[in-house]
Amino acid sequence: MGLETDFEIPVLTTTVESVVQWARRSAIWPVTFGLACCAIEMMAMASSRYDISRFGAEVFRGSPRQSDLMIIAGRLSRKMAPSLRRIYDQMPEPKWVISMGACASCGGVFDNYAIVQGSDQVVPIDVFIPGCPPRPESVIYGIVQLQKKIANSRMDQTPKVRIA
Amino acid sequence: MSASDIIAALSAAVPEAAYESLPSVDEAVTPTIVVPVEHLLATCRALQGTPGLEFHAFSDVTAVDFHPDREPRYDVVYHVVSPHRRARVRLKVRLGKNEAIASVTSVWAGANWMEREVFDLFGIVFDGHPDLRRLMMPDDWEGHPLRKDYPVQLRKDAATYMPLQVTADEFQANLERDRQFRPRPS
Repeated sequence: MGLETDFEIPVLTTTVESVVQWARRSAIWPVTFGLACCAIEMMAMASSRYDISRFGAEVFRGSPRQSDLMIIAGRLSRKMAPSLRRIYDQMPEPKWVISMGACASCGGVFDNYAIVQGSDQVVPIDVFIPGCPPRPESVIYGIVQLQKKIANSRMDQTPKVRIA
Repeated sequence: MSASDIIAALSAAVPEAAYESLPSVDEAVTPTIVVPVEHLLATCRALQGTPGLEFHAFSDVTAVDFHPDREPRYDVVYHVVSPHRRARVRLKVRLGKNEAIASVTSVWAGANWMEREVFDLFGIVFDGHPDLRRLMMPDDWEGHPLRKDYPVQLRKDAATYMPLQVTADEFQANLERDRQFRPRPS
């Protein structure tokens, strides 16, 4: 851009958009929401051995109104689906969803009437993490993938398509 | 207390019923007695009220579906405990597909939710139950999943909306009432 050389003080130019998206991706606050055994790995990811705070995503909030990431950690039963949807609807925009593990992504071993066969029927998913359950490293990798996705997306993007 | 002891005491109390004992692996601890469906309520009253039996504690009710191997297809199984006599007993009731069975909630109030669960998952109707609604499955669910002829790998869209259990006005009233009793920040 050449602007930097026109001043005597050091100046760095950028776009508002990249600064905003940098801020958003560097402080992802997940909602405390565990459904099954995947939640144990999610907790391990947050604790000191794996330490997700290195990536700025360690602040698990007890209220969906303070969160911008939902990690669907575990099998989603049909009876839980309306509650999950309500929690998702209470989160302020912009918000992202990670589907963690085989059960949340496609039903996993629970190929039956009681479990939703893929939580993308209920909320739009940004990142699917495979595994049964995924190791904490996998979840960290998923969060880093989500950060890349946020960095490459537009700041003023229209809200994602809502599933009725 | 052995099966023959219990049957002798029950036959004295309900003379018109024909009881039968079944062998089981745990019969030293829990003898098994087959009860005719029409005498179930009288039998349960006798178990609970007869001196010497005093089965006061209701442990469980569940059901087994033998479809298509057996007719009548269901066994409704009751587990009852007598803390005074240190005894247990298992009652089995053979039940056909569209037959109803008497609710034992008038004898043991604790049977309420367990009978709701059996109704929900097997579709067995308990006559005289005070509140026979589904317990596990959503209220608008069709079918009874633990029946052997139920399509277990069911493909169906997930419900994403559930009506609020209180109205907006009730919610606001609860909020106001809560604020009145909470100490004001000084």
